[in-house]
Amino acid sequence: MIVIVDYEAGNIASVLNMIRKAGGDAIVSGRADDIKRASKLILPGVGSFDHGITHLQAKSLPSVMRERVVAGVPLLGICLGMQLLALRSEEGVQPGLGLIRANFKRFGRPDLRVPHMGWNTLNVTRKHPLLDNIGEEDRYYFAHSYYALCEDPADVLATTDYGGPFVSAYAQANVVGVQFHPEKSHRFGLRLMKRFLEM
Amino acid sequence: MLKHRVIPCLLLRNGGLVKTTKFRDPKYVGDPLNAIRIFNEKEVDELIVLDIECSRVGREPDYALIEEFAGECFMPLAYGGGVSKVEQAKELFARGVEKLCIQTAALADLSLIRQIADRFGSQSIVVSVDIKKSLLGGARHYSAARQRTLAGSWTEFIRAAADAGAGEILLNAVDRDGTLSGMDVEIIREATAACSVPIIAAGGAATLAHMRAAVDAGASAVAAGAMFVFHGPHRAVLITYPRYHDLISALDR
Repeated sequence: MIVIVDYEAGNIASVLNMIRKAGGDAIVSGRADDIKRASKLILPGVGSFDHGITHLQAKSLPSVMRERVVAGVPLLGICLGMQLLALRSEEGVQPGLGLIRANFKRFGRPDLRVPHMGWNTLNVTRKHPLLDNIGEEDRYYFAHSYYALCEDPADVLATTDYGGPFVSAYAQANVVGVQFHPEKSHRFGLRLMKRFLEM
Repeated sequence: MLKHRVIPCLLLRNGGLVKTTKFRDPKYVGDPLNAIRIFNEKEVDELIVLDIECSRVGREPDYALIEEFAGECFMPLAYGGGVSKVEQAKELFARGVEKLCIQTAALADLSLIRQIADRFGSQSIVVSVDIKKSLLGGARHYSAARQRTLAGSWTEFIRAAADAGAGEILLNAVDRDGTLSGMDVEIIREATAACSVPIIAAGGAATLAHMRAAVDAGASAVAAGAMFVFHGPHRAVLITYPRYHDLISALDR
């Protein structure tokens, strides 16, 4: 059973829509009991860092999510969900889930428009089932103002160019984060979601 | 490389799709759900749906209908019309909308923008700014709901909106709306100089060359209505969208 973690900060309807289109099914839940029984977890994301982590904590979800990850359950973080997997973000003062050793920084070049908003491509740097066979023109929808700096470069799966390369996907064992929105990326996101269902 | 987005902008009135000319004379162009399905199949970059009556008559957004729209969109969907409270924003996001487009409530008070941005992030808020040229050619800030020009500098307004947390500005050239006569590059240039968030330029696009001019003036995205719903000199209704490679070669090279 796939559980889309509901912490009142994600655009959950879109993620569920795309999973169904990919031929899977999922439940949307913010209950620890459901997460304990999940075979896969998705942490979606829209919103600000502290708001997200505060709501996860209010539902006592961080510890149960960590337990599931240790038990080997695949966890996919999307956009803010990716950021919440990390240690910290400049956007907030609260610590993240700490499942990936990364910190988020705001895009700072004065000539860049922020948020980084729109369709962009991936440069896959490490082989991973989620990003298998990605074409050079495959495009994904991004909408974010903060980007990851990984403490261990081996965690980087893909980079994307926005005034220079930034980390657009990372993974540590069974925990994966993508900065873009596969649920809003047409057939390219659909393919990624299918690969996640097969993981 | 980040693509310049090309965004069909659909107008909703009493549950039907309409297209205006200079913000007047709404002409019925069809069923919105059908149009949205076609745009999804054509893999559009993004979609904007604006209910042009909600704020004018003080009506709530049609949540059930918007949820149906969102269910057909495997690309980002922005909705605008009648949003003046954080609770409405929460409801719309929960139903699958990525972004809210806000004009009337933002003109009254930018604190709503701040509240939504704090809670849902700047990427979820587009502030819509309508610009109307005066008889002497000066660009004036315009309120679509009140149908009148406003006092005050519109460039200062968009700067304040971005400071309040708007992640994008939808810049509408009222006099170009529905005219297919090309985009107002002058106001696009002023807007991109006035703030650092992405500008979505709208009003007047009929060709990719028009869009290229907007992009060259600094727009991050271009929205269009008539170009994607009308075909030929008699304005027959036909949903179209350029092919991906045509967009890339026209806008991104």
